[in-house]
Amino acid sequence: MTQLALVIDLNVCVGCHACVTSCKEWNTSGEAGFMSDDNPYDRDPTGTFFNRVQTFEVGGFPDTQTVHFPKSCLHCEDPPCVPVCPTGASYKRPEDGIVLVDYDKCIGCKYCAWACPYGVRELDEHQKVMKKCTLCVDRIYDEKLPESERKPSCVLACPTNARLYGDIHDEESIVSKAIREAAGYQLMPEWGTQPANHYLPRRKTEAKLPGDVAARTDNPLNIDGPAPVSGRAR
Amino acid sequence: MNPAFSVVFLTTLLGAGQGLFLALFVVEGAVAAGLLSAPASGFYSCGSATAVILLGAGLLASFFHLGHPDRAWRAAAMWRTSWLSREVIVLPVFMVLVTVYGWMHWLGRPGTLTLGLLAAAVCVLLFVCTGMIYACIKFLQEWATPLTLVNFTLLGCASGVMLATALAAVRGEPNVAVLGQWAMLLTLAGMATRIASLRRNAALKPKSTLQSAIGIHHPKVVQKAQGFMGGSFNTREFFHGRGPGTLRMVKWLFIAAAFVLPVVLVKSGLGAGSSALLVLAFAMQFCGLVAERWFFFAQANHPQNLYYQTVS
Repeated sequence: MTQLALVIDLNVCVGCHACVTSCKEWNTSGEAGFMSDDNPYDRDPTGTFFNRVQTFEVGGFPDTQTVHFPKSCLHCEDPPCVPVCPTGASYKRPEDGIVLVDYDKCIGCKYCAWACPYGVRELDEHQKVMKKCTLCVDRIYDEKLPESERKPSCVLACPTNARLYGDIHDEESIVSKAIREAAGYQLMPEWGTQPANHYLPRRKTEAKLPGDVAARTDNPLNIDGPAPVSGRAR
Repeated sequence: MNPAFSVVFLTTLLGAGQGLFLALFVVEGAVAAGLLSAPASGFYSCGSATAVILLGAGLLASFFHLGHPDRAWRAAAMWRTSWLSREVIVLPVFMVLVTVYGWMHWLGRPGTLTLGLLAAAVCVLLFVCTGMIYACIKFLQEWATPLTLVNFTLLGCASGVMLATALAAVRGEPNVAVLGQWAMLLTLAGMATRIASLRRNAALKPKSTLQSAIGIHHPKVVQKAQGFMGGSFNTREFFHGRGPGTLRMVKWLFIAAAFVLPVVLVKSGLGAGSSALLVLAFAMQFCGLVAERWFFFAQANHPQNLYYQTVS
């Protein structure tokens, strides 16, 4: 069974909000209708977003780290928002595990938002229906797009490649490997929701250049010397 | 949570309507068993009509909670999984049963006791549905307790029987004293269980922390930006925006208005034979229960608030 998900590398995210804006741009332009904004250039701006980037400070001065933390629907494997929906508007697709809202069935009772511990569902103040990340379901299967672009908008926008996308049930997928190799974790595991989206923790950055590659031993023409190595890195 | 008055009125009005019907049914049963003297048949039909009006007002209030009231009929679809959906089905069934119950009494038809038994069973089911809507959300720890069900049921019954007492007194029916005693007993029982839930909630330790919310288990984590400068649904829906002083004030207000004062008023109303005091007792208790329900929502601390603490 497929479970599509995002894996977000907190070691790499620089907090630029490119994923936020590209998400909004893609999803406000689709057939599901706009994502409303009120007072965007005025006092008290407010609007509907699927994705937010938050910033946390960890530790005390001078030993602090700034952690940028993108947050969108985690597409839980056991989503608490789905069974509470009285109309069946909120559902989890069996074929790929994406949690979606059918905007034509939603009555805007907000019960699903109450039942989500992560605060990733937002009621659209104009359409009066509950909205949330769709994992760009209208994009990832679009065969009119080149295959390399059949990814969620936020993933394509990320300039540092902090957002990985794939099937976490496929052992060989890029996301499964990342979770395995970089100790990917889930948010609020205490509630048993089993979020599909994972986060990769902050970790010591190490050069991934093996010695033989650095020395260009496979340099076929032998016309240049070893790759330059920064003195500080060694 | 940020209490929505639509839901506050929905739950309090339903409770009073259900309690009133149960009072009528128990009186009828006790009369049939020869324990109470029979009231005029108008007592049952008038009481049923009042109950249906309360239930209808509650149903109407619930529509104000919806973004799309025009699609409300869809809410009956997911009864297999959703307590809200179950409530949406059980409430109209109960309203129909109470209407027929009052109608049969009005026409003087037999079989009201059997129908009443069925309606009483549906009434209990409705209490369970309403309570479980809140009690089933496990991470709203203030709600996720059997006490939520017990309180919804006892407080609903107390206010309903209180109303039945006032109704019987105004109509000059017998059994006012008995109903008044039931009302006092239920009110005191509700007070005991509500205070038990207050004590439980005061001792709650939140299972989710900022550390588990972002998965960084450093003892010192501070949010520096929630990701946007203005408000959002998440900052409006899940916090009442008032200080702890207001909450404390509302707590003492509802303990006085929903429990202590109504008992005093019923006691003195029964002693003085004053129906005005009994009506006042119900009105006082209903207002107290509105405050109680407001507090019930306001006190629930949603873990999503961990993510929305600092504007920038």
